[in-house]
Amino acid sequence: MLEFRKDIFADERDDNLIEIGQPTARQDILGHVTGTSPYYDDHRFGNLLHLKILRSPHAHARIRSIDDSAAARAPGVKRIIRAADVPVNLNTLLSLIQFGKDDEPSLASDVVRYKGEPILGIVATSERAALEAMALVRISYDQLPAVFDVEEALKPGAPSVNATYPKNTFEYYGKYDHQKLRFGEVEQAFKQADIVLEDRYQMSPIEHAPIETNGSITVPDTNGRFVVYTSTQALFFSLDTSAKINAMQSNQLHFIGGTVGGGFGGKVDTMTEPLCILAARLTGAPVRYRFSRHEEMQFGSPRGAERIYVKDGVMKDGRIVARLVRAYFDSGAYTRLSSYAVVKCVAHIPGPYTIPNVHADVFCVFTNRTPATAMRGFGVTALDFALECQMDKLAVAVGMDPLEFRILNAYRDGDMKAHRREAKNCALIECAQVTAEKANWPLRDEFRRMSSRQGGGAARTGGPDRTRAPAIAPAVAPPAAVPQRVAYERPTPVAAPPKAPPSPSPQGGPPPSAPSPAGSSHGAPRFSSVFGTRRR
Amino acid sequence: MKTPIQFHLNGEEVAAFVESGANLLDTLRESVGDLSVKGGCWQGTCGACTVLIDGVPRVSCVTLAETCAGKSVETVAGLRHGPDLHPLQHAFMERFAAQCGYCTPGMLMAAKALLDRNPSPTRADVVDALCGNVCRCTGYEPIIEAVLDAARSDNRRRA
Repeated sequence: MLEFRKDIFADERDDNLIEIGQPTARQDILGHVTGTSPYYDDHRFGNLLHLKILRSPHAHARIRSIDDSAAARAPGVKRIIRAADVPVNLNTLLSLIQFGKDDEPSLASDVVRYKGEPILGIVATSERAALEAMALVRISYDQLPAVFDVEEALKPGAPSVNATYPKNTFEYYGKYDHQKLRFGEVEQAFKQADIVLEDRYQMSPIEHAPIETNGSITVPDTNGRFVVYTSTQALFFSLDTSAKINAMQSNQLHFIGGTVGGGFGGKVDTMTEPLCILAARLTGAPVRYRFSRHEEMQFGSPRGAERIYVKDGVMKDGRIVARLVRAYFDSGAYTRLSSYAVVKCVAHIPGPYTIPNVHADVFCVFTNRTPATAMRGFGVTALDFALECQMDKLAVAVGMDPLEFRILNAYRDGDMKAHRREAKNCALIECAQVTAEKANWPLRDEFRRMSSRQGGGAARTGGPDRTRAPAIAPAVAPPAAVPQRVAYERPTPVAAPPKAPPSPSPQGGPPPSAPSPAGSSHGAPRFSSVFGTRRR
Repeated sequence: MKTPIQFHLNGEEVAAFVESGANLLDTLRESVGDLSVKGGCWQGTCGACTVLIDGVPRVSCVTLAETCAGKSVETVAGLRHGPDLHPLQHAFMERFAAQCGYCTPGMLMAAKALLDRNPSPTRADVVDALCGNVCRCTGYEPIIEAVLDAARSDNRRRA
C-alpha cells in the first residue's frame, strides 16, 4: 500500500537513507498484541479512592445555592471538593506560553457556562458510592439566557458567555477581536474577475471518541510529591497546568504516561489531572478520576464547530484572482485551544494556491456550548473542507477539470504567499499528477508536464508591487475543446472526453528528471528539507 | 453481599468473591488481576472488553460475573503459548494492525473465535466477526488483512 515515488524530485535527495522508505515495527506493538501495554488504568494501588464530578445540567445559569451535606454523610464518601478548595481556580491552557488570559475555573462557583461544566467533586471508596452520593446533592440555579450560534453571539445584546471576554470574542495581541490577513486588494480584483462565487460552509463539532476514555490516577509519594499516571497526550503540558492549578512546584509532580489509548487531540486539555491531584492531596490516598463513556462523549472537548464564508473571483482562463474568507470558530464557553486554531487557520488561508489578492477575518467566538479543542489538523481541516468544495464549484463555473484547475492555481516554488513568505519545496502539482494517474483520471498533457519548480515567482504574484491585482498573462490557453464536466462526475477511461492537443505553454517544461543514483552530487545536505533549505 | 464464584481463566482455575451485579470485566481486572482486558464504554457497544466464554465472544462489561461460574474464560493474556505468539498476534504485528493498541485485545479475541470455528474465513466472514469491535486508529483495513493473513499462515502450518 505504501509507495515511494522516488522519480519525483530525485535530484534533490540522497537516496542512502536507512529507515525512511522501509516499513518498521512500532516499538510498543508487542505489548499491544499481548495485552501488556501499561495504560494509565493498568496500575494497581491499595485503598484506591474514586473521584466523580457533578456537572451542570444547564447551558448557562447562576448557581444560587449548593447543599452537599447529605452527600458528605453518604456511605463511602471521603471528601467533597468545592470550588473554594481549588488553589488557583482560573486557568487557560495556553497561559503556559503567555497566550490568552485565564478564563476557565476547574470547578464553577457562581456561574455555569455550558451543559456539563464541573461544579463539585465527590471522592468515595467506589465509583458507585460517589455516584450515589452525587444524587443527594441539591443545587438551585437561576437560568440565564444562552447563545449557541457564533454569529448570534457577536450581535449587540447577545448574552455574555465568558466573564474574561465579555464581548464573546478572544482578544488577539491585547486589542483585536479577530485575526486578520490582508494581501493585495480583493474588492478591486472582484470587479475585474469574470466570475465571483460566494458560499457558506459549516463544520459540526466532532468527538474524538478514543476507546480509552480520559483519566488519571494520582498516588501520594514521599516528600510532598505525587505520582500521576495519566492518559494525556501532552505529558509536560499537563504537568505544568496541574502544578499551576494546584499552586505546586512542577518538581512535586511526577507524571507517567505515553501509553495512550487513542487521543486524536482529545487528550491535550488536561481534563482530569488537576482535580485528581487535588483529591489525592485532600485525602492523602491514591485517587482515580476516570471519564465514563457518557462523560467522554458529552463533556470531553470536541473539535470545534466552524462557520466559513468564502468569496472567490476567478478569470475565465481558470486563474483565481481574489479570495475573501470570513470565518467563525465556535470555541464553546472557554478558550482552551481554539484561539490557537484560529491563528493556524489564518496561516493556511488561501489554501495551497497562489492568489494575488487575499483578505481574511477569522473570529474565535464564545458560546454556551462545550468548550472545543484540538483534533487532527484543527484550524485547517474545516477550512480545507470549505476551500476544496469551493475549488470544485469554481472549476465547474469556468468549465475546467477540477484537478487541472487545482494544478493551474497550485503554489509553485518562488510564488509569494499571502503571508509574504516565499513558497518553497512545493509538491501539490506532483501530488495531483500522481493522484490522477492512480485514479485513471485523464489530465491533458500540458497539465501532466507542469512542475512545482517551473513558472513560479514574481509574474504570478504581481512582482514587487503586491498591493494591486496583477494583469498577468494567462498561464495556459483556455480549455476550449473540453466539454464541461460536473465536479464529482468520474469519466470512464473508455468514454473519456477528447483531449485537447497539447498547447505550447510557457510553463510546459520537460518531465521530472529520471532518478539519479544514490548519493547524487547535487550538494544538498541530508535532512536539509527539515530546515527549509532543500530547494529555493 | 458477595458471592464466591469459580471459573477457568485461560486454562487455570480461578476464584473470586463478587458483588451481586458485578460484571466480568471488573471481576477480571480488579479481583482476578487480568489487566489484559480493557474497558472502553462499559455499556456493551465498543467491543474492547471482548473475551471468549466457552469459546464464544462476549462483551465482558455487560456480562454478569456470576453467570460465568464453572465456565471457561479466555483473554488475550492466554493467547500466547509461553514465548510463542499466536499466529494472530504475529499477523497483527506484521500488518500494523494496532496503533494505540487499546481495542487490540478485544479484536484479537473476536478474531480468535472466528478462526477457531472457521479456519479459512472469507473477507466477509472477517468483517462480520469484527463488526462489534470499534477501532478509532487504523480504519480497520490492516486488521482485516491481519486476520486473513493469520488464517493463511495457520493453514500452512497445519498442511
